[in-house]
Formats: sequence, structure tokens, C-alpha cells
Amino acid sequence: MFPPIPNPSTAAPQPARFGDADLHRRSASTLKAPLPLENEVAKLIDVSKCIGCKACQAACLEWNQLHEEVGTFNGSYTNPPDLTENSFTLMRFTEWVNPQTDNLEWLIRKDGCMHCADPGCLKSCPAPGAIVQYTNGIVDFDHDKCIGCGYCIKGCPFNIPRVSKVDHKAYKCTLCSDRVAVGQGPACQKACPTQAIVFGTKAEMKDWAEGRIKDLKSRGYSNAGLYDPPGVGGTHVMYVLQHADQPSIYAGLPDNPRISPIVEAWKGVTKYVGLGVMGFAALAGALHYMVSGANRVTPEDEENAEKLAEGKPVGHHGA
Amino acid sequence: MDELTRRPAAPSDADDAAYSIQPGDAVELGRPVHVNRYTVGARINHWVTAISLILLAISGMALFHPSLFFLTGLFGGGQWTRTIHPWIGVVLFFSFAGLFLRFWKANLWRREDSAWVARPGDVLSGNEEKLPELGKYNAGQKMVFWGMSLLILVLIGSGVVIWEQYFGALTSIPQQRIALLVHASAAVAIICVWIVHVYAAIWVKGTMSAMTSGQVSGGWAWRHHRKWLRALVRRSGPPEKAPAE
Repeated sequence: MFPPIPNPSTAAPQPARFGDADLHRRSASTLKAPLPLENEVAKLIDVSKCIGCKACQAACLEWNQLHEEVGTFNGSYTNPPDLTENSFTLMRFTEWVNPQTDNLEWLIRKDGCMHCADPGCLKSCPAPGAIVQYTNGIVDFDHDKCIGCGYCIKGCPFNIPRVSKVDHKAYKCTLCSDRVAVGQGPACQKACPTQAIVFGTKAEMKDWAEGRIKDLKSRGYSNAGLYDPPGVGGTHVMYVLQHADQPSIYAGLPDNPRISPIVEAWKGVTKYVGLGVMGFAALAGALHYMVSGANRVTPEDEENAEKLAEGKPVGHHGA
Repeated sequence: MDELTRRPAAPSDADDAAYSIQPGDAVELGRPVHVNRYTVGARINHWVTAISLILLAISGMALFHPSLFFLTGLFGGGQWTRTIHPWIGVVLFFSFAGLFLRFWKANLWRREDSAWVARPGDVLSGNEEKLPELGKYNAGQKMVFWGMSLLILVLIGSGVVIWEQYFGALTSIPQQRIALLVHASAAVAIICVWIVHVYAAIWVKGTMSAMTSGQVSGGWAWRHHRKWLRALVRRSGPPEKAPAE
């Protein structure tokens, strides 16, 4: 058993362990002195230990004081059918027949924000400070600054953020940054009855995962492994997968997630080339005016027009 | 006989420019001659489009580059900018559609336009005596017209795809990513076309009045759109008496 995080103390409140002064990245902003990632935290989700009870989903709604609409049955235990602006986390149920053993495997993956080290949402966001990445790796949305454009949705390689139809702001898992700031683990982790979700430093979680993978391999899951995709610089939510060689069988978990090259081009070269081209066009106009001066109508032009209109002979064009 | 029949250009030349005459275009005799170029409807239509385009450019650039995000303040903040930008786009689309229906015929490409484009040096130096006589629009204006038309179609199409509030669910995220890149690139292009359009109106003196009072001077029409002027004069026929008496 992973040593549980102790309950909060009843002593006088402690100062927050991290806050707005501990930023590694800030959307649409250039930080004067970006702090390096350090003491990174991580949530480890061991899919092989998940029993699909959805205690994490309930705890997430409860801690964040949210309610999900009563839905309809869609032929699956996955409920609601997709992440919403209220459901920051969702158990996705997949019935998968293992071609090697012909056994039915019930793969239950807790979907939600992966807290990428290289966050596509943050890089796409046009509103300064609406998305921040703390030095401990947590990627968080500041809803006072969110403008509801949905660019984060396009930037995310995991299809996580959702824009509320009520207040037009984007929502996703915060990794319970408010709880972590006071030394607690995320609500989902606290609620998990099987320790399928554990929380600690990223180094601790990798160590713990190693033991779990060894155990799974000893039970015949030769492809068991850790999902910490390097394409996004690693994540601060990691999975232990029984079949780590094919993440996509877990309800479409991306095999090789990365920020889309289209998003990189849009937020990279287009931004600078675009401003440059517009600036050049304006400058070229100014230069042209300085060099050739105004194009003015001459008195002869007026005379010729009068003659033409009055039906009198006019000097030949170009003669 | 008047000079129209004696000038060296082909006799069909003036009729050839008839395509570019639009409702309301007319020569007003006098000293100087005035030429009605745009009706009040066309001018209102133009300025609604122009104001929309400027507001779209400002609000769009605010969301395009972080250094310009402060421009959202002009619209009441980021949320308002995000809300209002697509609606202004809808206004622009329909307003420009009006302009398109008014102007498309006069902007059809003609043989003299190719000749005009082939002499960029004379165009940029304002040596219009060395350029062919033109109808209501020169090739530059026609390129602005068709460039705007095409880019507005691209912008409204890609814009709807990324209009999260109403249309976010209709397309896939990879499609929306492409739409974002296309929208941004087309916006840069249309702002450049707009700069050319505005600069040309500043450079060629006497042009602005066409979109304010609706009139240009006879000399302006003679200098820049002689074929159009000739066609207007020919259409109205020779005056019965000397004017302004």
C-alpha cells in the first residue's frame, strides 16, 4: 500500500505551498523570470487496480461543488458520455477482447487533464494569464481571465477542456491545486478505495509505478508499462497500463500525443510573419508616398474633361 | 463631329466600357465637370462594410498576438471581444455581399487590365498617359475587389468553424485547428489588401470624395478612368446648348 497522505491538521492554517509567485509558464505572456519546474507533483492512475466505482467522479463533483445533468443511458457504463464543463474527470469503460488470450478485458480509464509539461492549451490561449503552469507542473485555468474562445480545446492533444454554455469559460481538472497548495492530495485520489489513484512527487510516482509494472509483468502482462508520453514533455497525470504498447485501446488514449503541428504553426511562425507582413505593407505605402508623391489631377485633366463633356475636340490620349 | 469618332482608338472602345457603368453613374456638366460615381446607397453600403472590417481587424488582432490583447479593452474586455467579433463578421459578410452584387460586373477582367498590370513601373509612378484607358475600375481596384471577395468567403467559412459558442460541436478538433490557421492567414492577407485599398485612396488625390459626397471631378475621371468617362458622355449624348448658362 502506498502510504496515505495524512488528514489536514486542525492547527492554525498554514500558508499555501505555492501560488501566483511560482509560475513556470503563463499564457500569452512573457514571464520576466520563469521559474524552472521543480518538486513536480504527479497523480498516478493504475488502470489495472481500478474497479470502476466512480468514487473519483463523485468526489470531483463534490469538491468542486458542481452538478452533472441527469443523463440518458447510452449502452455503456460511461456516464456522462463525455467530459463536460462540470465533469472534470470521467471513467471511460472499454470492453476489449485480447487477441492473444481471447479473454474479455474491461479497461476502465479515468480520463481528465494530463497536466502536460508542454501544455498545448496554455500555448494556444490568447488571454494573458488565463492559463498558468505552476513550478510543480500543475496546469491551471484562471477563470477571471478566460475569454471563452475555446482555443485551449484546439491546442489540447487529449481533448480535455470544455467551455461552459452558462458562463462561457473553459473548465478542466485543476489537479485540485487548491488542495495540493495546503498539502492535501486531489479529491479523486482521496476517494479512491483501491489506491488505483495515488498522488505524490513525480519521482515517487515513477518509483511506485515501477513496482506495479513489475507485479503486472509477473502476472503475465508482459507489455505493462507507464504512460508518461514524451511528445508533450511528460505529464503530471500518468497511467499504469496493462497494455502500454497500445494506449489507444483505452478509449482512444493517444499513442503519441503532441501539440498539433498546425497549432504550433498558428501560434508560432504565423504570429510573427503575420505581424511582419502587415507592417511591411503599411511601410511600403509610406515609402511609396515619400518617393513618388501624391498622384494629382492636373488643370489640363479638368479642361479635357470639360471639353469632352461639352462635345468639343480634345487632345489625343498619349499624343 | 466630336472627337469621339476621330480619336485613334477602335470605334467600339466607348461601348466596350459600358459594362463598367453602374446605376447612378452620370456626368454633371459645368466648370468643372462633376461625375457621379457612387449612389448614397452604395456609399452607406461601403461604410457599413468598412467600419465592420476595421472593427474585425482590431478585435481579431487582439486575439491574434498577445502584444495586441490590450485592444480587447476597446470592446469591453476579452469576453466581449470574443462574443462580438463573429457577429461583426456576419454583418460584414452580408454588407459585402451587397457591395459584391453592386460592383461585380464592373470588376470583370478586361484585356486592358492585363496591359495595365504588365506595366507596374508606370502604375506606381502615376504615368497614366503611358497606360491604357480604363473603365470604372483599374486592374488594381479589381484585384482588391476580387481579393476581398475571396478572402471574405474564406474568413466567414473558417470563422463559422471556430465559432465555439454555436458551431463548436459541428466539426472535429483537427478540422478546427486547420480553420484557425486558415482564418489567421486569410485575416493577415485581407488586412494587407485593405492597406493597399486605403493607401491607393490616399495616394490618388480626389478619390475620397467618391465615397463621401459620391462625386469625383471630371479631371479625376479623365485622368484615371477615361474610358468610363467617355462612355458616360457618349451615353448622355452631346449637350444641346453650352452648359452653365
